[in-house]
Amino acid sequence: CLFPQAPTMFAQCSRNSMSPVVLLVLLGCLLCAPAQASKSSEDIRCKCICPPYRNISGHIYNKNVSQKDCNCLHVVEPMPVPGNDVEAYCLLCECRYEERSTTTIKVIIIIYLSVVGALLLYMAFLVLVDPLIRKPDAYSHPLHNEEESEDTRSLAVPTPAGARANTVLERVEGAQQRWKRQVQEQRKTVFDRHKMLS
Amino acid sequence: MVNAGDMNGSGNLMDFLDEPFPDVGTYEDFHTIDWLREKSRDTDRHRKITSKSKESIWEFIKSLLDAWSGWVVMLLIGLLAGTLAGVIDLAVDWMTDLKEGVCLSAFWYSHEQCCWTSNETTFDDRDKCPQWQKWSELLVTQSEGASAYILNYFLYIMWALCFAFLAVSLVRVFAPYACGSGIPEIKTILSGFIIRGYLGKWTLLIKTVTLVLVVSSGLSLGKEGPLVHVACCCGNFFSSLFSKYSKNEGKRREVLSAAAAAGVSVAFGAPIGGVLFSLEEVSYYFPLKTLWRSFFAALVAAFTLRSINPFGNSRLVLFYVEYHTPWYMAELFPFILLGVFGGLWGTLFIRCNIAWCRRRKTTRLGKYPVLEVIVITAITAIIAYPNPYTRRSTSELISELFNDCGALESSQLCDYINDPNMTRPVDDIPDRPAGPGVYSAMWQLALALVFKIVITIFTFGMKIPSGLFIPSMAVGAMAGRMVGIGVEQLAYHHHDWIIFRNWCRPGADCVTPGLYAMVGAAACLGGVTRMTVSLVVIMFELTGGLEYIVPLMAAAVTSKWVADAFGKEGIYEAHIHLNGYPFLDVKDEFTHRTLATDVMRPRRGEAPLSVLTQDSMTVEDVETLIKETDYNGFPVVVSKDSERLIGFAQRRELILAIKNARQRQDGVVSNSIVYFTEDPPELPPNSPHPLKLRRILNLSPFTVTDHTPMETVVDIFRKLGLRQCLVTRSGRLLGIITKKDVLRHMAQMANQDPESIMFN
Repeated sequence: CLFPQAPTMFAQCSRNSMSPVVLLVLLGCLLCAPAQASKSSEDIRCKCICPPYRNISGHIYNKNVSQKDCNCLHVVEPMPVPGNDVEAYCLLCECRYEERSTTTIKVIIIIYLSVVGALLLYMAFLVLVDPLIRKPDAYSHPLHNEEESEDTRSLAVPTPAGARANTVLERVEGAQQRWKRQVQEQRKTVFDRHKMLS
Repeated sequence: MVNAGDMNGSGNLMDFLDEPFPDVGTYEDFHTIDWLREKSRDTDRHRKITSKSKESIWEFIKSLLDAWSGWVVMLLIGLLAGTLAGVIDLAVDWMTDLKEGVCLSAFWYSHEQCCWTSNETTFDDRDKCPQWQKWSELLVTQSEGASAYILNYFLYIMWALCFAFLAVSLVRVFAPYACGSGIPEIKTILSGFIIRGYLGKWTLLIKTVTLVLVVSSGLSLGKEGPLVHVACCCGNFFSSLFSKYSKNEGKRREVLSAAAAAGVSVAFGAPIGGVLFSLEEVSYYFPLKTLWRSFFAALVAAFTLRSINPFGNSRLVLFYVEYHTPWYMAELFPFILLGVFGGLWGTLFIRCNIAWCRRRKTTRLGKYPVLEVIVITAITAIIAYPNPYTRRSTSELISELFNDCGALESSQLCDYINDPNMTRPVDDIPDRPAGPGVYSAMWQLALALVFKIVITIFTFGMKIPSGLFIPSMAVGAMAGRMVGIGVEQLAYHHHDWIIFRNWCRPGADCVTPGLYAMVGAAACLGGVTRMTVSLVVIMFELTGGLEYIVPLMAAAVTSKWVADAFGKEGIYEAHIHLNGYPFLDVKDEFTHRTLATDVMRPRRGEAPLSVLTQDSMTVEDVETLIKETDYNGFPVVVSKDSERLIGFAQRRELILAIKNARQRQDGVVSNSIVYFTEDPPELPPNSPHPLKLRRILNLSPFTVTDHTPMETVVDIFRKLGLRQCLVTRSGRLLGIITKKDVLRHMAQMANQDPESIMFN
């Protein structure tokens, strides 16, 4: 992989959600995939398109040759015209060398579908399951007047700096709650108040 | 953009889950940064590193790493942006074809990839192969006939609705900032505004994922604008890994400018065009050092995309043009006509789109975003399916319109009447009369043009990632191709007219309709975005040569002139005004004769300026002042009588400093005196411990006198990136001018402008 130290770099960030980081690591390793993919026979071709000529109908020829052999004489087999007409026929044909990487396509599509699937599951969890779990807990921050600015609150009530949740689970909980609050704020700004991105 | 809190080396892995402490020196959400302070902090940091580098080898290495960190960031941005663009291209390719059918041998292949190795493709039916089956073939084993058509139609609509609904739900649930194009907001961010979360990781993920979904759903939008946003999110992510950029908002914006260049570079396969786009459209302050680094990032991104090779022929864009047929001087007249069309369409689009967006913002229409997306997708899918030119993706449409018709093309647009005895090679086909296929294609293109013009107005601005470049280019390409075919047929049938006689002999290849399509695309794109140099460079990088630069420039210049005659704003500036972002445009000229005293606050009749005094206010007074007002900062004067200015204190820093003092310093109570001088004032004995706040005071605030012309004041605000400016007269503080006041004043003056100029 190009970035062996990538996981430690990510760990130093002060972020509050890990899943995008994990996915970005996956995408980083994706860079390795095209570099290491070997060329299978399915991956290169020389495609020659020959239009109708006299009484011969148009035809498309595909052949698995290298780039320097990609011309009419090597690819068009069997040659439909007799020897003295070959040059005139080949002038009309257009040959193109194309290559692709099937491994890259497969890997990218599968990763994309799994990301979409994971997001769908998480969305279903957040929308359906989460409210049912959290219903016993009373909301501690009801929708208050947004005019009340952060700073007056922070003047009045200094945040208890020492009271940190100690277990990993509670910290993850806390991070997720913060993230949900942020998304809710964003949703209010964009969808409800139309303050941005209208 | 969550600020990286102070990370001690001893903090463990889970520290990043905790809420970061706000520092003195960071900014609040939806506020403007102080450019001068960021610059001076960077200079301090650099000086410290340079002086420490002489101490030991390790410090020297650290200084080298610091110098190189900029290039490392650019490299990482280019790699990630290129990778994401490749992922997006491949996924869009596959999902667009998923609406019509599926590949049986391997479901992850798109139509073209599925038939790649097949031997059953014939010359007439190049797209058919047995491994790829349409949905009707798969479900009811019928491929022709009315029932198959209706089933395909229905499934097309269902897939489109499914993709669009999924996209808008993901945006709504996970990252509401991922909607829209992103370029207006990025322009505002780069001018110094802070929008936390706009360039965050969730926004990056959701924007990438939903961009694929909405482009595949067939909506009339593009992916270029959102790709700029994606690239800037990558830029923000990597710059937060290095403290040089994460702690300095000014330096971070240099990285973001370069990232924007990388975004356009992968969208169009045009590195130089990307850098120029970043310079012209997106960036605010663009130091020359950033130019070279942006170019590097753009090149790395383009190279990464090329190695992923999404389109199978080492091209970065689907509609890369490969021919080099010449054009003639007399064709400049239709090119200029296309420029006029582009300018008119740009004006029409901007006016209608802004009106529709304003209606969405203020009326009940805005309360149903998900429903709106579904309705527009349904309408688009229902109308787009019958017309073969709108059924396929817009990039493929542009590609077909840009391509010249050789003998090998099988599309309907190339259905010319061929001379059966012709034996000329592919590139040298003379002008031919149009066959019936071309006429029906013209009708379909005309209908598609009208449809696209109308539907894009309603699509741009919905709550999904939506770009504007591809639909504008499609409109221009359709118009251009129609004009090109018209001119070609005119030249063929009337080759004895004076204009054609000189350059168009019968039997020669005079007119290239594909070139007209390109010129039309450039004209429409220029009319909407008002890009100048960057547009021409992007177009000529798309065509691979300088041959067509004169027609492209003629059309771009004409369209900009025509569009500017109706309104000065491009689409992005118009959206900035609609949303009310505090963006002071460098392109606007301020030519009025007002003075600073006309704009400053407080005006006559308003409450006097809220000031802090040097050493006569208590902590309680300061807190009351902060609570009662919502100003972002307070000037500090010597005393209420003399009103001589000492400095300026920011609200956020006052709050933090007072909070810290109450917690940490003992003896500081509500009755403590707050002083901003070097030494504490004379106090009676038994008074509480005074609080020194000189540290947070800005001792060099910008001042102008009350008779300074507003032209100069606006210039100062623009060039220095100020947030506020104090107005004095003979040393005494009169008032304050903030950036918002300047913007309001300019808007007010603009409304009165037309009448006042007429009588000069």
